[in-house]
Amino acid sequence: MMPASLPAAESPAAALCVFLVLLVPLAAAGLAIMNAGMGRARSAAHAMLVSLSVVSVAALVYFICGFAFQGIAGRGAHVVMIGGKPWSWIGGERFFFRGLPLDGSPPILIAALQMFSVGIAALVPIGSANERYRLRAARISTVFLAGLTYPLFAHWVWGGGWLAQLGMNYHLGRGFLDTGGAGCIHAVGGLAALTVVWVAGARPGKYTASGLPSAIPAHNAVLILLGCFLSWVGWLGLNCAGAVLLGGADLGRLPLVVLNTTLSAAAALVMAVFITGARFGRPDASLSANAWIGGLVASSAAAPFLAPAAAAAIGLAAGALVPLSIEWLEFHLGVDDPSGGISVHGVAGIWGLLAAGMLARLPDAQAGSSAWQWLAQIVGVATLLGFVLPLSYGLHWLMNRFYPLRVSPAGEQEGMDLHELGADAYPEFVIHSESFLPR
Amino acid sequence: MKLAGLLLLLSGWGLVLAALPLLGRASVLAAFVLAGTGVEILGLVLLVRSHMPSRQRRGALR
Repeated sequence: MMPASLPAAESPAAALCVFLVLLVPLAAAGLAIMNAGMGRARSAAHAMLVSLSVVSVAALVYFICGFAFQGIAGRGAHVVMIGGKPWSWIGGERFFFRGLPLDGSPPILIAALQMFSVGIAALVPIGSANERYRLRAARISTVFLAGLTYPLFAHWVWGGGWLAQLGMNYHLGRGFLDTGGAGCIHAVGGLAALTVVWVAGARPGKYTASGLPSAIPAHNAVLILLGCFLSWVGWLGLNCAGAVLLGGADLGRLPLVVLNTTLSAAAALVMAVFITGARFGRPDASLSANAWIGGLVASSAAAPFLAPAAAAAIGLAAGALVPLSIEWLEFHLGVDDPSGGISVHGVAGIWGLLAAGMLARLPDAQAGSSAWQWLAQIVGVATLLGFVLPLSYGLHWLMNRFYPLRVSPAGEQEGMDLHELGADAYPEFVIHSESFLPR
Repeated sequence: MKLAGLLLLLSGWGLVLAALPLLGRASVLAAFVLAGTGVEILGLVLLVRSHMPSRQRRGALR
């Protein structure tokens, strides 16, 4: 999908976009706090420092080369002609943001939004591999994510690449639709998280001798729920800024984006509270919080183009999918994902993309072509599974051969805070049983 | 099994990519894109199964 009209520099619309972009780091803050809360107390400071580190590394790598590979729709890109149609494969910007107008115009706003977005994508594997992921390994992995995986896919979707051109070239609706990053940010992050967890393996003690998973409870439900509130505000900024700067929506659609984002998250939470209440006898705070984020993620695919009832329906389905998927991954597939990030970002992101193909009402699709929007969405999801997943798996597998992702068994026993940072997150409050265990 | 799963994922994507320029009619294109996605799902199942620890191995992680 190609943005139709962007706000002029120094216009009130551009000022509004600056404000919206400024909200986006709150989504990263919320996710980082949730990552820390979902783990055990002995790894809380480590989780926060790793989160801040990967956001920093992602910003720097995106500045160095990521933006150049991603590019911006309508500016320079590398194009090949296939069957007489132009296929844009990779951005053609210059490294280090050179050539970017520094005047408050849309390109620099898009660069800022993307710098925050790539940080959010990089946070997803941190939560999933919590309590065993080495700090340096997380930073190296982020270099690959921010320098290669994310920019390539984001170029194809947001940089005027071949997925965005599906509408123009093959009359598949408006091309692949992802206004707020359900695919580019969350599915990419969720699939990266899956590969990290596969390569790193489960935490010791997670599975019993009989192969059943044992519960390793989150250490702070208040942090997790506070993270939900922060993420909500961040997501409003992310979905609104994405709609205008990347999705081609006009400013008049922003109230609808706000409504749809909130409705989707709210419906997801209500559904998860109901499902976990019915299954376990009382609602589960962690799973409900995960569903809230899953609802936000699913809304990101097409928030400006959904009717409010459709957004609520997407949220309801996400609220069912996320807790059930977390349970299925943990019980049946042996995937130890403490934060639930694979389900929250990967599964809910892909669900949002598919639902957008069925439920989005596109105002300017050519007559007859909007019926094939679902096919554009399938092509995009196929690209996530067929390109992003193998690439991410290959990179993490290769990296693990030379620099193991996982901390030593002694380090896991000691706790990540003491082992990697030399100090506990809560040194004066010894309230958890593992703190009494001999180290 | 891992390698086979990865190859199937890439092959399915290849089918999807090839269908776009080669097939003109939307209905035929849709059939090939869905077939390619089906191949990817097969690859994903293989990849998932190759990472499922056996009950004994899971127990050893205790």
